[in-house]
Amino acid sequence: MTLRPMPAAAPRVGATGIIAALLEQRTGQQLAPNRSWRLDATLKPLLRERGLADFDELVGALLGARDPSLADAVVEALLNQETSFFRDAGVLEQVVEAAAAMPNEGGRLRIWSAGCSTGQEPLSLAMLFAERGGDMPDIQATDVSNGALVRARAGRYSQFEVQRGLPIRRLMQWFDPVGEDWVAKSDLVDRIRYRRLNLASDPVLPGRFDIILCRNVLLYFNAGMRAKVLDALSCALRPGGLLVLGAGETVIGQTDRLEPSRDWRGFYAIAEPARRTA
Amino acid sequence: MKSCLVVDDSKVIRKVARHILEGLSFEVREAADGREALDACLDSPPDVVLLDWNMPVMSGMDFLRALRETAIPDKPKVVFCTTENGIAYIRAAIEAGADEYVMKPFDRETLQSKLQIVGMA
Repeated sequence: MTLRPMPAAAPRVGATGIIAALLEQRTGQQLAPNRSWRLDATLKPLLRERGLADFDELVGALLGARDPSLADAVVEALLNQETSFFRDAGVLEQVVEAAAAMPNEGGRLRIWSAGCSTGQEPLSLAMLFAERGGDMPDIQATDVSNGALVRARAGRYSQFEVQRGLPIRRLMQWFDPVGEDWVAKSDLVDRIRYRRLNLASDPVLPGRFDIILCRNVLLYFNAGMRAKVLDALSCALRPGGLLVLGAGETVIGQTDRLEPSRDWRGFYAIAEPARRTA
Repeated sequence: MKSCLVVDDSKVIRKVARHILEGLSFEVREAADGREALDACLDSPPDVVLLDWNMPVMSGMDFLRALRETAIPDKPKVVFCTTENGIAYIRAAIEAGADEYVMKPFDRETLQSKLQIVGMA
């Protein structure tokens, strides 16, 4: 493993700084100093599993590159997979409304859930579209975490996970109990195409999308990376398409390629060329 | 302030639920079985009932059926909260008029999420 120097803005040094640099180098995601507690919470099990005493030993093993899978495991452990079914349900309902209002030019609508984690967002969308009836859009979902995608493709969730945001009637309609868990019906899971994609370094998905959701992802990037990702997402939107960000996220001050949608409050659209500064 | 009636024969569960609900700014009352709960609803209907299934005197299901037959004008929302996690139980609860269903064990986020779904949080 080769570690590039820490970004100048990062104040941390020592083992935690090197681990944070590894995460940023691999995913573009920053581990803010006030979230350093996540290192303890997420890496302790890995230390135990690998027989390492502390972060210094972990960094030693990373730099020694004796086990190439170790860096992957560290990054996987540090990625935040927080999500839930119907998170900000009103936003998802507005996505479905906006999709229904888009002109039908003969093809299926294309929707991209970028940073889909363990799949609750695209599954929630698939449920809403299926319940609305009509043509099911082509829903593609990506995440940087292989572990999250394995879970998303399986569609298998714990009792705690299905009780976060998922109304009981939808649980009964779309999931089957398997042991202690609940598994989304294949009819639902099969409507979603999952793929690994690192927003910080990979090209965007091919083709243009009608709606891109990238919620609660940009907050982990630094300002430069946020602008780069937003510019890339704007290129993946078709004219008239919409970008949906998380509640605390905005394009304002980040890019001039996107602007608030005039028709759909809280969503973003490709900016008119005249408004661009570049 | 919304009000919630916690109906469970377990003092511990009532205490845990009260703690969570008061943290969500609910006014909380308690009942140890369905009969007590029905009396409490007739006296002063809460906004929502958090309801156990298996209880002495009157079960949660018997309470729910009785509540739906009362003349209370603004019937409370009913959220089952039970260890009966099988599909047959859930289906029966929905058919009897339950608005939501919490499978025990539960935590604060689960309860808050279910209360949001029924428009109470």
